[in-house]
Amino acid sequence: MSIFDLTIAGAAKELAARKVSAVELVTAYNGAVEALNPRLNAYITVTPELALAQAKQADARIAAGNATPLTGIPLAMKDLFCTEGVRTTAASKILEPFVPQYESTVSAQLKAAGAVMLGKANLDEFAMGSSNITSGYGPVENPWKRAGADAKLVPGGSSGGSAAAVAARIALGATGTDTGGSIRQPAAFTGLAGIKPTYGRCSRYGIIAFASSLDQAGPMARNVEDCALMLNAMAGFDVKDSTSAERAVPDFCAALNRGVKGLRIGIPAEYRMDGTNPEIVALWEKGISWLRAQGAEIVDISLPHTKYGLAVYYIVAPAEASSNLARYDGVRFGARVDGVDLIDMYERTRAAGFGAEVKRRIMIGTYVLSHGYYDAYYLKAQKVRNLMLRDFTQAFAKVDAILTPTAPSAAFGLGEKMDDPVTMYLNDVFTVPASLAGVPAMSVPAGLSAEGLPLGLQIIGRHFDEETVFAVSAAIEKAAGFTALPEVRAK
Amino acid sequence: MAYTLEGRTGTWEVVCGLEIHAQVISESKLFSGASATYGGAPNAHVSFVDAGFPGMLPVINKECVAQAVRTGLGLKAQINLFSRFDRKNYFYADLPNGYQISQFAHPIVGTGQVEIELQDGTIKHIGITRLHLEQDAGKSMHDQHASKSVIDLNRAGVALMEIVSEPDIRSPEEAGAYLRKIRQIVRYLGTCDGNMEEGSMRADVNVSVRKAGEEFRTRCEIKNVNSVRFVMHAVETEAIRQIEVWESGGEVVQETRLYDPSKGETRSMRSKEDAHDYRYFPEPDLLPLVLEQEWVDALAAKLPELPDEKRRRFCEQYGIPFYDAGVLVADQATADFYETVAKGRDGKLAANWISGDFFAAMNRTGKSIENPPVSAADLGALLDLIADKTINGRIAKDVFEEMVETGKAPGAIVEEKGLRQVTDTGAIDAAVTKVLADNADKVAEYKSGKDKLFGFFVGQVMKAMQGKGNPALVNEAVKKQLG
Repeated sequence: MSIFDLTIAGAAKELAARKVSAVELVTAYNGAVEALNPRLNAYITVTPELALAQAKQADARIAAGNATPLTGIPLAMKDLFCTEGVRTTAASKILEPFVPQYESTVSAQLKAAGAVMLGKANLDEFAMGSSNITSGYGPVENPWKRAGADAKLVPGGSSGGSAAAVAARIALGATGTDTGGSIRQPAAFTGLAGIKPTYGRCSRYGIIAFASSLDQAGPMARNVEDCALMLNAMAGFDVKDSTSAERAVPDFCAALNRGVKGLRIGIPAEYRMDGTNPEIVALWEKGISWLRAQGAEIVDISLPHTKYGLAVYYIVAPAEASSNLARYDGVRFGARVDGVDLIDMYERTRAAGFGAEVKRRIMIGTYVLSHGYYDAYYLKAQKVRNLMLRDFTQAFAKVDAILTPTAPSAAFGLGEKMDDPVTMYLNDVFTVPASLAGVPAMSVPAGLSAEGLPLGLQIIGRHFDEETVFAVSAAIEKAAGFTALPEVRAK
Repeated sequence: MAYTLEGRTGTWEVVCGLEIHAQVISESKLFSGASATYGGAPNAHVSFVDAGFPGMLPVINKECVAQAVRTGLGLKAQINLFSRFDRKNYFYADLPNGYQISQFAHPIVGTGQVEIELQDGTIKHIGITRLHLEQDAGKSMHDQHASKSVIDLNRAGVALMEIVSEPDIRSPEEAGAYLRKIRQIVRYLGTCDGNMEEGSMRADVNVSVRKAGEEFRTRCEIKNVNSVRFVMHAVETEAIRQIEVWESGGEVVQETRLYDPSKGETRSMRSKEDAHDYRYFPEPDLLPLVLEQEWVDALAAKLPELPDEKRRRFCEQYGIPFYDAGVLVADQATADFYETVAKGRDGKLAANWISGDFFAAMNRTGKSIENPPVSAADLGALLDLIADKTINGRIAKDVFEEMVETGKAPGAIVEEKGLRQVTDTGAIDAAVTKVLADNADKVAEYKSGKDKLFGFFVGQVMKAMQGKGNPALVNEAVKKQLG
């Protein structure tokens, strides 16, 4: 067995038993990053020296007997989390020279738990995208291949670098952020588990904002248990984020073996959309039968406003983004292109610094908030968002969790779905509703497509009931027995 | 008489409303822990939140909320238990986030009213539309470098209260009285220092003109006027300009204007067409601000007595005229000074001494009520010496001047200089006898009907007693001996 076959939980055991040291583990991962990252482009910035220094501290901590399950575990940090002294770009050229003097709360908590940072993972620029092709630092390659084909596939997005890194085993786990599916969809595309916790469960402090009312940090890892271990360390109330929830964080690992016996699992009729890939529908049916077989009660439910989800999302998220990204003006930090006057400097800086997708969303957002259009777009979208929340509230009066597919297809090829942004936006159709409602949702690898690509199922839970989400996800994981591995990986 | 302006086409009325920006007194800024203190080296009081760095989030400062609620209570206004912050989006170099966090749709304070008093004693009520919390911007300076602008973010993020009045103001005098009244109230409350020179209070002045009985005409907004005098002058000069526009067949266009105090004129800054589209929307980084009634009640219970109430109480409690009470409550320190002196003494006498000799001495010596020429305790002691007839009123004036000069207590001065009033009737009688004997001719004139000479005899007796005779007893003795 290779050191790269260890999961986080497995590595933690080996470290605790002194069968391997953190320095050995991290050195192996540093080497794997060096070997594979030039090809995959999963990291924008690699920090091998920092990782090694942290590994040494981790070994000292393990020796001192006050380690946590994450002490010495090498992780990839999505480059949307500000890291003190380590360049943080949000995959945008406008932040190319930006080195924060502060640490995000989530990365600080991971650091405090003893986790090791291998580098800053690539993503779609400002987390806007579903394929990681909008990164200002080049696209990320999915380590998976279609059977018998060599075409490069996308890892999904926006947390595509995180996904590719964990799938290719050049990180043991990774942080992601999810605004409309940015953890769940790439997890599905790369055969990983990934959870978007309840909005407010993890602090947003120090995470570069895309859409403030939707952004939420979460873990991506090889299995459900690793996600639980990571979320234990990432979650919690933070006075520095007024929207973080002041409530205790349960031990998510304790929920993993609860089983699903007696749980009511909702199957929303509206997710059976015309034209959905039959493979996806078949996988969903499989998931239903697995849960039923383990003693869950399957309940047909309705989430009537689902069909408006994408429209609402692509109004609310760009509206907030257009405002959140106004600070990138070349005045105080980041890149600047001089101009003849202030306005000229703004225009040149932003024209050069932002990519096409970011500009498109800033324009959409500016438009929907404009005088005369606000009521028709933004306000109406907020009303529908409330109705979608009510859909979930009513559904959760009848069921304990909801099961759906994560994405409408398996990973697609680099360069596909490029002709029309709306085609790309359709990737988020199953993930966006949970984001708008703020409820927790997890993607679990559940099978392979006919072409040999991983497919995921999504488990949605009640607000702050990640425990049930973990329990159901673990049950799916157990039944699916997903063991396939990507072609490109550290061995 | 109502204030009007005469134009070529007739008489015009002025309509004015004020938006006052009052900087909240607080340790730290509205949404960050950075110091809100005025001054300091440029960019010394700036946190990453204030500078709009990536990933930074605002966290509401509870003290600023309390200050806004106190101010709302002071304006007799409705306190909204639910309010919400919005983003007001626009680009400027000293606005780090590219948006200002303000309250647009749901302000923390709703309608209220204040009382103003005009020169002729008329009392008028000016309606308050709302008060909301917002953050201040930084400061751009364009004259510090040949080709660059420099930015100081010390003020960026400091809490402001924007107090919006109804268009109830009808003259420059009312505008001035209203602004002074708001300043007086916030100073009493300790919610804003009201220092207009330092920019911690400034006003946007909305002005329009109309003929009697008309609906409102188009208004112009004059931005950032920073003194009471300038506000009064801006109202007048802008009204005259608008009258001229209307009377020459033109139309006043809604626009933002600047007041130039050096030229005494307003000029166009930007028209409605160039006006920003602020794209207000609810601030997603903050939860709605929900207050508990008990918390508001607790703040209300600890509110200091406000000037209008204090003035009425002074009139009732101390029996002083309404006008005098107005002078004494002008600011909290003067009112406190007065009360210290008046408590347990003759309130009228205290008021007269303070508005007379005391203020005169304060002005003469260039001192202030906080650092007075004579302490309230000493002035009170002086009044006690008058009341218990240790000295008489005339000697008291001399003692007071001595107090101003030396800082000594009145009792000590009286003892030192032997100024104690003589009430020994034997001594007084002797002095009277001597004066009458020395002035036999005048006594004869008096007895033949020249009554006026009575005062002369009294004066001579007082003089002979170095002013220390008890005036009443001296009068009585003179009367008795003259038969």
